[in-house]
Amino acid sequence: MCGIVGLLGKTAEIRESLGGRLTPMFTCMAARGPDSGGLAVFNRPLDDSIRRYSVYSPDRNQDWDGLGQLLHNHLSSDSLSTDKASKISDFQIRAIENHATIIGNFDTLDLTEEISRFCPALRILSVGRSIEVYKDVGEPAEIARRFRFDSLSGTHCVGHTRMATESAVTPAHSHPFTGGEDFCLVHNGSLSNPYMLRRKLEREGLRFETDNDTEAACRYIQWKLAIGATLEEALHEAFVELDGFYTFLMATHDQLTLVRDAFACKPAVVAETEDYVAVASEFRALAHLPNVSDANIFEPEPEEIYSWPV
Amino acid sequence: MASVEEDIVMDLARQSLRDVNRFLHKNGSSLSGKHVRILNPAGNHSVAVGLNETMTVQIDGHVGYYAAGMNRQSTVTIEGNAGCGVAENMMSGTVHVRGNASTCAGASAHGGQLFIDGNAASRCGISLKGGNIVVGGDVGTLSGFMAQAGRIVICGDAGPGLGDSLYEAVIYLRGEHRGLGADACEEPMSDEDYDLLQKLLVAARTNYDPQQFKRIASARTLYHWNADRDQEY
Repeated sequence: MCGIVGLLGKTAEIRESLGGRLTPMFTCMAARGPDSGGLAVFNRPLDDSIRRYSVYSPDRNQDWDGLGQLLHNHLSSDSLSTDKASKISDFQIRAIENHATIIGNFDTLDLTEEISRFCPALRILSVGRSIEVYKDVGEPAEIARRFRFDSLSGTHCVGHTRMATESAVTPAHSHPFTGGEDFCLVHNGSLSNPYMLRRKLEREGLRFETDNDTEAACRYIQWKLAIGATLEEALHEAFVELDGFYTFLMATHDQLTLVRDAFACKPAVVAETEDYVAVASEFRALAHLPNVSDANIFEPEPEEIYSWPV
Repeated sequence: MASVEEDIVMDLARQSLRDVNRFLHKNGSSLSGKHVRILNPAGNHSVAVGLNETMTVQIDGHVGYYAAGMNRQSTVTIEGNAGCGVAENMMSGTVHVRGNASTCAGASAHGGQLFIDGNAASRCGISLKGGNIVVGGDVGTLSGFMAQAGRIVICGDAGPGLGDSLYEAVIYLRGEHRGLGADACEEPMSDEDYDLLQKLLVAARTNYDPQQFKRIASARTLYHWNADRDQEY
């Protein structure tokens, strides 16, 4: 059992208060997933050349200012070719406890590679022009408090509360999982063939961070996207190739997408109004949303793709 | 019909679920014939489970899982949607969902009647052991799975695998199905079917004509092991 929540704001008012609306949904679903929690929040994409990196440190007292200085020195050093370095003249770090968002002109440089060489203890949680990710182990309510989920704004967001059943409880095993740029996925359920998928994808050159089944699904779908499929096309192939139980809630910079497997035994409820689309594992997480009594409330059908544009 | 001043009002925004359910259980026969309203269910699970008196209970809103489960004698009306397992293992009485019901509505019910005005999701009436279910709208995949006794009336359409591995429960379907499950088959309607169906449709306050329904029941080919089938069903 795990909890899934998602919210897409259609109005400026909901987008402004996105985190405030989402947080009670998230903490309510902690009952379904008390061991870890995470959230991906999307904002309007930055300029083409800019990237946001969400970075995780295992050290809650991480010295992010010091890291920024070291990173600046590293990026301007001779170890990088000058044409790269000239484009990375400036970047910002916004940090909150053991998470930070690094924003800069990184379109020609893979900061993931640099950080893995330069500061291997850090992990990149997400890359893109739109996405930011926060995730850790512990009580979801505490995670929401630590990272001030209620103060976040954005166009849409996807959250997850985890009750681990098939792999370890670590920060890296928590959801959301991400792949490529501006794509994330959360999962309630368990897959039966994650290792088969993983071997297939490793032969294609993809690298995995964990032995988690959801990571296999996320990388599978992202791989399909990377070779040119739309998310809808990727999901139709996933229906065939993925074996097991799942409700997946996914997001890209411009859509929120929900699917359930053929047996639909993992729950999901959608409430849609003129102001928002809200998704949760159980209705009680949605019960306190504004005007929910007037919402179109429904459960997704098995193997149907539900997508909402931003 | 109880007069307004006899209504007992409970509010889940002010009282804990446990207090509400305990009140409904502990007051025994003193609640007999009484009308209880439960306000602000807010999708909570297990609202009004295990009732065992001839009271009527009205729940003003959407409920979570297992609402009115194990019901005996009581009449419970849910003025909203119900989560999975509404009226599961009901023994007698009536449960009426005015909205839609999630998966496994009426699962394993031994008796009583479950009316769902809207749609029911997958596995409606799974393992039904008696009693009657009337769904005003559609039902999802694998409804009536392994149902042993009782009746499931579907006024709309049915998803794939309808009536898979049925025992002696009977399904009456007004609309279309997207495939019958293993061993389910359509059979001719008898006068007895029409009479029974008429009574159920009236009880559920629907206006459909029994002549519009078809009967789906077990072909009974799974009752005995057949080695020659080589597990192909």
